[in-house]
Amino acid sequence: MTKTWKLTVAAALMGLALAAAPAVASDSAKPSSGPAGAVVAQQDHGASTGAHVAEVVGEAAHGGEHKGGFPPFNPATFGSQLAWLAVSFGVLYFLMSRVTLPRIGRILEERHDRIARDLAEASQRRAESEAAQIAYEKALTEARGKANAIAGEARNRLNAETETNRKSLEAALTVKLEEAEARISTTKTNALSHVRGIAVDTAQTIVNTLVGTTPAQQDTESAVDQVLSRKAA
Amino acid sequence: MNIDPIHQFEVQRYADLLRVSGVSFSFTNASAFMIGIVGAIFLFLTFATRGRTLVPGRMQSVAEMSYEFIAKMVRDSAGNEGMVFFPLVFSLFMFVFVANVIGLVPYTFTITAHIIVTAALALLVIGTVVIYGFWRHGTHFLHLFVPSGVPSFLLPFVVLIEVVSFLSRPISLSLRLFANMLAGHIALKVFAFFVVGLSSAGIAGMFGATLPFFMIVALTALELLVAVLQAYVFAVLTSIYLNDAVHPGH
Repeated sequence: MTKTWKLTVAAALMGLALAAAPAVASDSAKPSSGPAGAVVAQQDHGASTGAHVAEVVGEAAHGGEHKGGFPPFNPATFGSQLAWLAVSFGVLYFLMSRVTLPRIGRILEERHDRIARDLAEASQRRAESEAAQIAYEKALTEARGKANAIAGEARNRLNAETETNRKSLEAALTVKLEEAEARISTTKTNALSHVRGIAVDTAQTIVNTLVGTTPAQQDTESAVDQVLSRKAA
Repeated sequence: MNIDPIHQFEVQRYADLLRVSGVSFSFTNASAFMIGIVGAIFLFLTFATRGRTLVPGRMQSVAEMSYEFIAKMVRDSAGNEGMVFFPLVFSLFMFVFVANVIGLVPYTFTITAHIIVTAALALLVIGTVVIYGFWRHGTHFLHLFVPSGVPSFLLPFVVLIEVVSFLSRPISLSLRLFANMLAGHIALKVFAFFVVGLSSAGIAGMFGATLPFFMIVALTALELLVAVLQAYVFAVLTSIYLNDAVHPGH
């Protein structure tokens, strides 16, 4: 802000310096009765009569003949032009730097801020939605994992139960089998133990029928044992 | 009807205000146009931005575009430090631009067709460069005239050339604008006189006058281009010269 002030002051000083320079120049040109001299005379005339409202500066007679020469090069008009240029451009610079440019700048800044804010908000929203998406996917994965775990657990539990049942069943069956086997073997043993008696009795009966005499219990038993042992061999 | 092509450049006194050592500071048509230009710029820019709307209308767009256009120009030429001169370049551009364009309207006065006005503006620019350059950089500002990497036996000549080129800047800056404006307006007026002169010579002359008439139309379009272009050139060169004040080292 102080910078713009300094520049404003510098511009004003510049304008004043420029306005003063031709004043000196035309001052020195006056005695030589050049165009400036004519102007002064004409100006005096204009001021004294006051007849012309719009009067050509540096021109003796209105209507084509230029005593002041080519108007842009007529030094008589320089002072007035420079003074008014300094004033008007100074005012323009002041208005622009103080009022108009900050005003437009503020509008642009507000828009820029608004756009930036909206973009930030949009990106934040997007981040939020992405986070939600990730959270959703995570939850989904977790749920899936949990479901898998539950299913696995259930399967394992069922497997274990089945195993246990099977084992207990097998154990029970084994026990029953063993019992049955034991029973069979005892029955078999019993049956086998009866075989010798039956064989002895049968042999005595057969011999009695064939021979008519009943052999001695002792002989029969030994004979049967002999046969049995041979068969067993 | 005044058939003098120079007549349009005449400064006409409306009111005598002050006279210091024989030089008049009277209120003239030039003064009126200067005040009018400043008023037009300020009123337009204020009116255009009255809504301060987020989505700009047509006029606000023009105001914003001119702002951003000059801001970009200054930033590109003189960098961010050069933005202290943004109001100056903006004021210069708008002043010259509006003066040039208003001058194209018939019966108006073109203040930029006066060498004293363009010279004052050019000297304002160069004066700002010199004053700001010394104020900001001190004697280091003089490095502007001493390019680095030049063999020592060539240095005096190079410095001389740099000084001459620096001194010629205000001259070229002011003469370019002045000459363009002056020549364009004289050309327009000359062709206008052809039309008037020919058409006063009867039916055949009227037919003959169509040619310069269309020339006026074409020239007006060209002059509009020149008016805009010269304002742009003035602003661009101003930014480039101001860059020397901000960054004097080559």
